[in-house]
Amino acid sequence: MNASVPIKHTQAESDLIDRFEAAKGVLTGSVAVTALREAAVSQIRDKGLPHRRVEEYKYTDLRAFMKSAAPLAAAADESAVKTVLGSQDAFEGLERFRIVVANGTFVPGLSDIEALAGEGVIVTSLTDELACAHGAQLLASPKSAANDGILALNTAFVQGGVVVTVKEGAEISRPVELVHVAASAGAQVSRSKISVAKGAKLRLLETFVGETGDGESNTVFDYDVADTASLVATRLIVGQSDAARLFTSIATVGAQAEFKSLGFIAGPRFIRNQQFINFAGENSNAGIYGVTMARDEDLADQTLIVDHAVAHCNSREFFKTVLDGRAKGVYQGRINVAQHAQKTDGEMMTQALLLSEDAEMANKPELEIFADDVICAHGATSGQIDEDLLFYLRARGIPEDEARTLLVLAFLAEAIEEYGEDDVTEGLEARVRDWLAGH
Amino acid sequence: MLEIKNLHARIAEDETEILRGVNLTVKAGEVHAIMGPNGSGKSTLSYVLAGKDDYEITEGEVLFDGQNMLDMSPDERAAAGMFLAFQYPIEIPGVATMEFLKTAMNAQRKARGEAQLSIPDFMKRVKEAAGHLNVSMDMLKRPLNVGFSGGEKKRAEILQMSLLEPKLCVLDETDSGLDIDALRIVSDGVNKLRGPDRAMVVITHYQRLLDHIVPDVVHVLSKGRIVKTGDKDLALELEKNGYADYVDAAA
Repeated sequence: MNASVPIKHTQAESDLIDRFEAAKGVLTGSVAVTALREAAVSQIRDKGLPHRRVEEYKYTDLRAFMKSAAPLAAAADESAVKTVLGSQDAFEGLERFRIVVANGTFVPGLSDIEALAGEGVIVTSLTDELACAHGAQLLASPKSAANDGILALNTAFVQGGVVVTVKEGAEISRPVELVHVAASAGAQVSRSKISVAKGAKLRLLETFVGETGDGESNTVFDYDVADTASLVATRLIVGQSDAARLFTSIATVGAQAEFKSLGFIAGPRFIRNQQFINFAGENSNAGIYGVTMARDEDLADQTLIVDHAVAHCNSREFFKTVLDGRAKGVYQGRINVAQHAQKTDGEMMTQALLLSEDAEMANKPELEIFADDVICAHGATSGQIDEDLLFYLRARGIPEDEARTLLVLAFLAEAIEEYGEDDVTEGLEARVRDWLAGH
Repeated sequence: MLEIKNLHARIAEDETEILRGVNLTVKAGEVHAIMGPNGSGKSTLSYVLAGKDDYEITEGEVLFDGQNMLDMSPDERAAAGMFLAFQYPIEIPGVATMEFLKTAMNAQRKARGEAQLSIPDFMKRVKEAAGHLNVSMDMLKRPLNVGFSGGEKKRAEILQMSLLEPKLCVLDETDSGLDIDALRIVSDGVNKLRGPDRAMVVITHYQRLLDHIVPDVVHVLSKGRIVKTGDKDLALELEKNGYADYVDAAA
């Protein structure tokens, strides 16, 4: 249905429309890309930012949260990027290759392009690719996310990002860190396409450092996992930030392939991490994990749609949330099983631990099954720290605060351990401890 | 070492009185057994000693080495040398047994102002104690008590007791759920810890455990009071005649 009645724009919506006009010279791309940008900004103009009366955003009212919209961040100065990079490293000591995106655009000078090329990984700039004939394909939306407001915001304003292609059969010896640097304040909008060709294996770390000030960040990852390929993506979003942080993953998983991801969130004031995963080939596995921590007035939303469009695929969704203060957690997970997707095995679990009386969790696991020979399960729990566990630890001499820390860590560690990426486990658990210590 | 004087305690939530004037004195080097029928207050006594806040003390006092123990938090009691071997050891998913042992030992050392254990020293102690109790390295790597059999859980409790080297050990129905072999291993573990500076309170339903851990004194607890005290022969008499005499006596 077309919105025939014009809506009254909020300050942020007016700012966004103005921002689009002001940034026209910067937001480049082919004719088709420009048309997509125009359509996306029209969507914002017509429907506004996503709000609570849009079913998918019932618990996460972006329209109410965004009071204004800052201009896009200007191109980053390389030395400023270096300074930010040197100040924070969540995976200290971990050998890895690095790809740097700063203030929304690719920084080849600080990325390990040659070393990656030697391993069979080609990295190019999304900004460059958008100018090419096939550019518009790089901004395609999945069916399950058609008309999604966050994705539209990204399409309208995407500054850049990377296009990473792992060649057939290549197994990358180290994880590849795609680090997003905010070198100065302002909105940062990027999109990256990660393609893993047949038989290739990639472990990706997605990290975010620096401060965007009052500018929102909107980051999209579009994964293409070919037949028999494997992609493991660890997304780490830590640290306090006042502006909205918006993340979207789109994954297409081929036959006999593996896709595994972890969305680790600790600290932002307002965050949505949404994922749209589509099984396109049979006999594949996906494991989608989430570890979320929020306190004070924070809102943290993990939203997920897994489309079992073909038969014989397994998916496991396991999300853990710890909330303190007046924080609000949201989990919306849906497994869709198409009519011919027989022998689907889907198992979804979301568990929340509430550390205060005022914390709130909205758990919404859903199954939509049209096939008749499947195994699907879902579960949701919300609870407090078990006093018996606490007493047991204290009876062994562990002081109360330390015992609580141990139990929260244990609660979250279950998901981290099942995720099973040993080389990041230590770093992730250290970040949980940071959060518990109030950082 | 432990002096319980006229202790009255009730369940905090519904104010049901469970302990109704318990008097008990345990000296260093002694092993006391507390026997009694179901519902007599045995487990409550052990929880009250360990500091579980489900119970409210309405009267009386508990002195541990002359200190008022009721004013101390559970972790302070533990650091001071109190250890409760739980009847039902709690499963803690996500906490590796080894990590838990190290945290507990070091927390107690810290509270007592002692230096933290070095990793090699810690490992050496664990390996030695685990060997005696037939606790495998595999068990130690697993989350605490998760997926342990009944016998494994009890062995893990005694392992903790050995490593924490408490002054006062309270064993709450440590024999429940054990087969004969496991009972022997657990009892051997407990007997190893007997010494002139350590006291033990062994709570049990059955005389069987007392064949292995021979007590110096046996008490009968009924309806929240100690109604009879004797030597180890009292346990044999109870095994033969049951608790009927004492249950009536307390009424």
